[in-house]
Amino acid sequence: MIIVGAGQGGLQVAESLRAEGYDGPITLIGEEASAPYHRPPLSKAILAGTMEEAQLAIRGAEFFERQRIALLTGTRVAAIDRSARQVSLEDGRRLDYRGLALATGARVRRLPITGDGLDGVLGLRSLDDARRIRAALDRAARVVVIGGGYIGLEVAAAARKRGLEVTILEAAERLLARSATPFLAGFYADLHRGQGVTVELGAKVVGLDGQGGRVTAVRTADGRSHPADLVVVGVGIVPDTALAEGCGLACDGGVLVDDCGRTDDPAIVAVGDCTARRTGTGTLLRLESVQNAVEQGKSAAAALLGRERPFTAAPWFWSDQYDVKLQIVGLSADHDRMVLRGSLEDRRFSAFHFREGALVAIDSVNRPADHMVGRKLLDRKAALTPDQAADETFPLASLTR
Amino acid sequence: MAKVTFIEHDGLEQVVDIPTGWTLMQGAVQSGVAGIEGECGGSCACATCHCYVDEAVVDTLPPPSETEEEMLGCTASERRSNSRLSCQIRVSDALDGIVVRLPEAQS
Repeated sequence: MIIVGAGQGGLQVAESLRAEGYDGPITLIGEEASAPYHRPPLSKAILAGTMEEAQLAIRGAEFFERQRIALLTGTRVAAIDRSARQVSLEDGRRLDYRGLALATGARVRRLPITGDGLDGVLGLRSLDDARRIRAALDRAARVVVIGGGYIGLEVAAAARKRGLEVTILEAAERLLARSATPFLAGFYADLHRGQGVTVELGAKVVGLDGQGGRVTAVRTADGRSHPADLVVVGVGIVPDTALAEGCGLACDGGVLVDDCGRTDDPAIVAVGDCTARRTGTGTLLRLESVQNAVEQGKSAAAALLGRERPFTAAPWFWSDQYDVKLQIVGLSADHDRMVLRGSLEDRRFSAFHFREGALVAIDSVNRPADHMVGRKLLDRKAALTPDQAADETFPLASLTR
Repeated sequence: MAKVTFIEHDGLEQVVDIPTGWTLMQGAVQSGVAGIEGECGGSCACATCHCYVDEAVVDTLPPPSETEEEMLGCTASERRSNSRLSCQIRVSDALDGIVVRLPEAQS
């Protein structure tokens, strides 16, 4: 078995193959120099300097030995030959496979504007990126974050906590436009402004100015210039589908997979950020989260062994900014009613989202118990009503028993 | 550095050396202790690193935060008086030699 991509999803495939009883050789191939590591802390504890890099490793070296998982780091796969069932590495080696998993992840989206290549303009995806941003934060005074998604907001929070002057420029009319409700977006805009961050909405970036090769300012379409000695670009990621497309696998904004992680080639599965999932109901779902990588990894490992283990659990996600813990479960995009439980003022509340009377998602802010119970409610399709959700005295857990 | 003994639900014991400042979860997960998942990587967001800490030791630890307390109310296995989330316990020399038992299920 060969796994291309040694992030959370790729590692999970390797581990789950062993857990499913597969005893043959497993090779896990990663481009980065590091063994698989946790990515979420990169924009949080690593920037804040409260976590050592060694703590990021998901598994230690002796684990790979014990599980007989051959880990090839710093290794690029050049192509996949599906008819010969071989992957060729950039150094010319060719490796045979019986089953192949693609866990190639995603790359940061670049800005299609002049100045994107200036020093001091950085994106955040890998440990190397985080090291560069942390070093830049040590020297910076004025930080401009382009993009008000989760990565942008977390970087802004980390920079602000260091006492730096921080501006967030978001092209849309609200924060988190692709991933959260307008209500939650408003909450986060208020939160950041309350911490002293300048949040500019509808701010289209048209150019970056520099001096001596280093960035000095960000220009917006309204003619203003925002001075900066560090610019962090967080305008989304692009699934890395090059290998999949190169060998003719179906892709549509991600490697197309079913609920079991299967591509249209029975010998190849794909997991994590590089995938777009055709769900049982026919919609195309692209999720960028740890849970997605882990659950798809479990499903895909089973699929490689000819077993059916679909991933159908409600998606969940979290973000830490300042003293606010956000936990989201479910997909709120098509909700038609929202009720609140808890106190907005105290920053302890959950927003319950319903569609045609059925619970579809819960955004919990500093209410972890709501989130944990909510995961069970959604997975069991429990019949919670909006009135019950809004009633603090109603025990949510009673519907999970 | 502390030597920590993890005992899984089926009785399997694993002794792990964990550096000072790391969490019990990090030490267990990097060594591949099967009874601890730690899916969220230590953000106190998933409750899959639930453990039962030595009764004698648990009272000497800093108490759970409000968040940990709430998450402990939602663990997959029974919560006991010595239940903790192992991602919230930082290792110090004082924890050398402790025994940590793991629940039957994490999720």
